[in-house]
Amino acid sequence: MSSAFPLMAKTGAVAASSVSKSSAHNPAMTTSGANTLRMKVTKLNFYYGKNHALHNVSMDIATNRVTAMIGPSGCGKSTLLRTLNRMHETLRHTRLEGEIALDGVNILTLDVTKLRRMVGMVFQKPNPFPKSIYENVAYGLRINGHKGRLDDAVEKSLHRAALWDEVKDKLHKSAYALSGGQQQRLCIARALAVDPEVLLLDEPCSALDPVNTAKIEELLFELKPTCTLVIVTHNMQQAARVSDATAFMLNGDLIEFAATGHMFTKPSDPRTEAYITGRFG
Amino acid sequence: MERHFERDLEELKERLLWMGSLAERAVHQAVHSVLEADEKLAQSVLKEENAINELQIEIDDRVVQLLALQQLMAADLRFVLAIARINNDLERIGDQAVNIAHSATRIVRHPRVKPYVDLPRMGELAEKMMRDSLDSLVRRDIELARSVLARDDQVDQLRDQIFRELLSYMMGDSSVVFPAFELILVAKNLERIADHATNVAEDVIYMVAGSDVRHPAVDRNTV
Repeated sequence: MSSAFPLMAKTGAVAASSVSKSSAHNPAMTTSGANTLRMKVTKLNFYYGKNHALHNVSMDIATNRVTAMIGPSGCGKSTLLRTLNRMHETLRHTRLEGEIALDGVNILTLDVTKLRRMVGMVFQKPNPFPKSIYENVAYGLRINGHKGRLDDAVEKSLHRAALWDEVKDKLHKSAYALSGGQQQRLCIARALAVDPEVLLLDEPCSALDPVNTAKIEELLFELKPTCTLVIVTHNMQQAARVSDATAFMLNGDLIEFAATGHMFTKPSDPRTEAYITGRFG
Repeated sequence: MERHFERDLEELKERLLWMGSLAERAVHQAVHSVLEADEKLAQSVLKEENAINELQIEIDDRVVQLLALQQLMAADLRFVLAIARINNDLERIGDQAVNIAHSATRIVRHPRVKPYVDLPRMGELAEKMMRDSLDSLVRRDIELARSVLARDDQVDQLRDQIFRELLSYMMGDSSVVFPAFELILVAKNLERIADHATNVAEDVIYMVAGSDVRHPAVDRNTV
């Protein structure tokens, strides 16, 4: 029979794969084997002065998955992201109610420096330090009392950020000499240097061209086995391409949170459908 | 730079080829169940139909996910559209194999109408067209795909020949009407299988070259 059906012999080992489905609070956990929660947001309310910016948001962030937050400007997605490593505390007149847990521990009880080491952040506009490429990555290691060879740790981080091959011969040149896309990957390398458990990315590609955007997106897939990623993006297609779970926010409410494959094919809420089909927002 | 979705595209192709192998086996067994009056073989075709149907659903789901999530363009877009169409053709081939197997279970209850000469040739031709159309997909081989298109007429001629011959038997001896009619249905099903293989080859040409060769008489500028 094998000679009569050559294709069967060639392809018989390919296993059937399951199609992801959504679930209520932790949709990414139903996709390909994720079974633990890295972060858990419970009944989160957030205020800028009197402005009630987040309304009772609850959300589970699965370990080693990419969780994307989408929604029109002002919907609260960046605010939610910033609460995850208490970056909101850098602003005055803000108030947070509810609970955010990292590995089961309320982050409000943690030392904020320690928290931000565990939950790193990359911003919209690349913001390297005015130092050399090497120093940008080594800086965080030094202030955290890194033990071992600094050179090795810097190289490892640059490898993880898919930047090493492009900068290995000019490590001591200024970070400002790099292109925008390279600078953004340097910022990712800097964040990765201290081995964070979670990396928050606030529109990391909005200042980049399509080629550099693609590089960052591929990088997210590379990082996923070792890091939990949460990305805020204005670019819905980017959320569709890179994430396992997607949260749609509107006017401070979490409207829908589902496995990405489900969200972009069969959204449950008509407002999600209207937004992702470009009918508003 | 390899994009992440390229792995998804490769997996999609692998699953389609696996489905093609199942359909190919179903046709082979169905034809032989008729030629050798092997009811057991016919039953095994009927049993395996569901595996093909399940793959059709799975491949459809994968296509929907890729179209919804990956904003595919150019060759990637043509590839996924071609796979979606071929998926339907393979499922229909599976259905035709089942029809042939059903005919076999009825034909075995009657004495053989005549020695089979054209029917095995037609079966071989249709099977080869199927195999070559799928090989042309694997190898992205437009010439091979075109050769499949060229063979469709041969299958049609064999079908007409079988029709004529069996009609003459039926007119001569009414006791053979039932099995002869079933054999006509088998020939019709084989002709449909060849048509589906032709569709697959047309989709391969579209996928590789971007040209639509389905209806040469249709002028795109006027539709």
